[in-house]
Amino acid sequence: MDLFEYQGKQYFARYGIAVSPGDVADTVEEAVAVAERVGYPVVVKAQVKVGGRGKAGGVKLAANVEEVREHATSILGLDIKGHVVKRVWIEHASDIAKEYYASFTLDRPNKTHLGMLSAQGGVEIEVVAEENPDAISFLSIDPVRGLDLETARRWVAEAELDEAAREQAAELLVKLYTCYTEGDCDLAEINPLVLTPTGTVHALDAKVTLDENASFRHPEWEAYREGEFEDPREKMAKEKGLNYIGLEGTVGIIANGAGLAMSTLDVVNQVGGTAANFLDIGGGANADVMAAALEVINADPMVKSIFVNIFGGITRVDEVANGVLEALKRVNIAAPIVLRLDGTNAVEGRAILAPHLNDHLITEPTMLDAARRAVALAN
Amino acid sequence: MSIFVDENTKVIVQGLTGGQGRFHGLRNRDYGTKVVGGVTPGKGGTDVDGVPVFDSVKEAVAATGATASFIVCITEGIPAHDEAVTYNRLVEDFPGVRLLGPNCPGIISPGKCNIGITSGDIALAGGPVGIVSRSGTLTYQALHELSTQGIGQTTCVGIGGDPVPGTNFIDCLAAFEADPETKAVMMIGEIGGSEEERAAEWIKHNMTKPVVAYVAGVTAPPGRKMGHAGAIISGSKGTAQAKMDALAEAGVHVCQNPTEAGAKMIDIVRAM
Repeated sequence: MDLFEYQGKQYFARYGIAVSPGDVADTVEEAVAVAERVGYPVVVKAQVKVGGRGKAGGVKLAANVEEVREHATSILGLDIKGHVVKRVWIEHASDIAKEYYASFTLDRPNKTHLGMLSAQGGVEIEVVAEENPDAISFLSIDPVRGLDLETARRWVAEAELDEAAREQAAELLVKLYTCYTEGDCDLAEINPLVLTPTGTVHALDAKVTLDENASFRHPEWEAYREGEFEDPREKMAKEKGLNYIGLEGTVGIIANGAGLAMSTLDVVNQVGGTAANFLDIGGGANADVMAAALEVINADPMVKSIFVNIFGGITRVDEVANGVLEALKRVNIAAPIVLRLDGTNAVEGRAILAPHLNDHLITEPTMLDAARRAVALAN
Repeated sequence: MSIFVDENTKVIVQGLTGGQGRFHGLRNRDYGTKVVGGVTPGKGGTDVDGVPVFDSVKEAVAATGATASFIVCITEGIPAHDEAVTYNRLVEDFPGVRLLGPNCPGIISPGKCNIGITSGDIALAGGPVGIVSRSGTLTYQALHELSTQGIGQTTCVGIGGDPVPGTNFIDCLAAFEADPETKAVMMIGEIGGSEEERAAEWIKHNMTKPVVAYVAGVTAPPGRKMGHAGAIISGSKGTAQAKMDALAEAGVHVCQNPTEAGAKMIDIVRAM
């Protein structure tokens, strides 16, 4: 789950990482109230989960109440790369002496954590990596040992952060690492991390991605779920506990396993169709899960046919078959369903469906045959 | 021959007394796997259909002669940080132990040993193909494509779709390269990470046997996790196309879907 900047800053604050004083506002009046509280000048920042806000006019400096009103009015409702701004973050504008970059993420090839630190912050790190790779100091961190203050001190020196910033930055990096690990982040990034003329170091931005697999031990994440889904289909799927991603096509897809679901999208595309969604019902899916999946797909008006692609492993095909029949009892499924069933208990599953097959409930022997049939029905 | 496991491998099933553990553990045993014990804390001394249950792996190892040198973790949904810590702890404290998974279907050497959730009846004994895959269900699909055409497998390894897999493509490719009975390898990748590119590099310099590959997720949108925690296109990295290009450049036969990959492998084996 990607967090909005304001949520990222709230998350940082939980781990003692210094951020600028500020608050969120959903209306111009709220924005004014926050600005009056934190003190001028303030920065008005669009809260969208997409980069390039500044260039799109989504980040503005305001010296007084009139300017706050003007900027909040222009930013709220602004469309930034397809994301409409519904909320702004107002914070006291910091004087900036220097801008740095800091992040922690997983180094997948090495199976360790990777810290990235640069004295050249405030610009996209990908650009720095491209144009001036020596300006980034990489730190490989053993997940068992973690990051201690001594190592962080050597790291900030190696990255050539200004002397005045080093001790505070080292302490902040240890806190950021704790936030990254204990907070179960896939990514914890500060860009820019600033040094003020008066010599304090704090986070001016926050980019945090949380690992959904760890949500069971983070009840506090519930607060971040507001506004998580802009797509109503994804919201409905989430409520039903399904792994769903909405797409633009006409063939509804249900598969068990992420790889097979991805492959199903590819195959539908190859035979001339377009997928309406990605939906992985996961391992061990039972009748209820299958019924819920069909309900979600059925709610998508774009869907003209439904391709159910099941290769049973831990999922048992007889349970899937029962789920399909159960769903048909519960909901009036408008689109025809094409099934391809193989794997664990496939013979039993096909037998369960056999008496119910008709022109709205069809089985095909292979994945390619089923894809072709579903695409033909959708077109 | 098979890689990593064979007909003599003794298997201990953690969670054998649970619903899934019982179903798949006993199914593995019925396949012919030497399932010598189960482990459930607090249920030591009982049995599941004749398989003795122990309170800990340590007790199970002592009583059964299993070595616990190869760990298969089927479980999905494990936090990435837990995986990173566990992997590194294994490497540091138990250097002889190999972990497969997590979030994988397991490993099957047809006719010899099946550990995990793969349906044994879709695999065919006798080789000559080795299979390695990041995706569970696509592993089954690959087995199915070959077995229905009478082409057997030496071993089929599901390495799993998580960000920190205990065993990676290169580990399996190297083992297949060294196995005299494996004549060709089918590799199934997916979007996210750079394991396929690293495998391509390894193949280019080390692999003498033909490799057929399929990479899932050509149509996956960037920035969205496609089910697996590891399957995400971030920026320009991790796309299926980049992986397919790297593999093709390394001399791998790259196919557009699992059926095509199966057909290609069948052609290669029949021409041998």
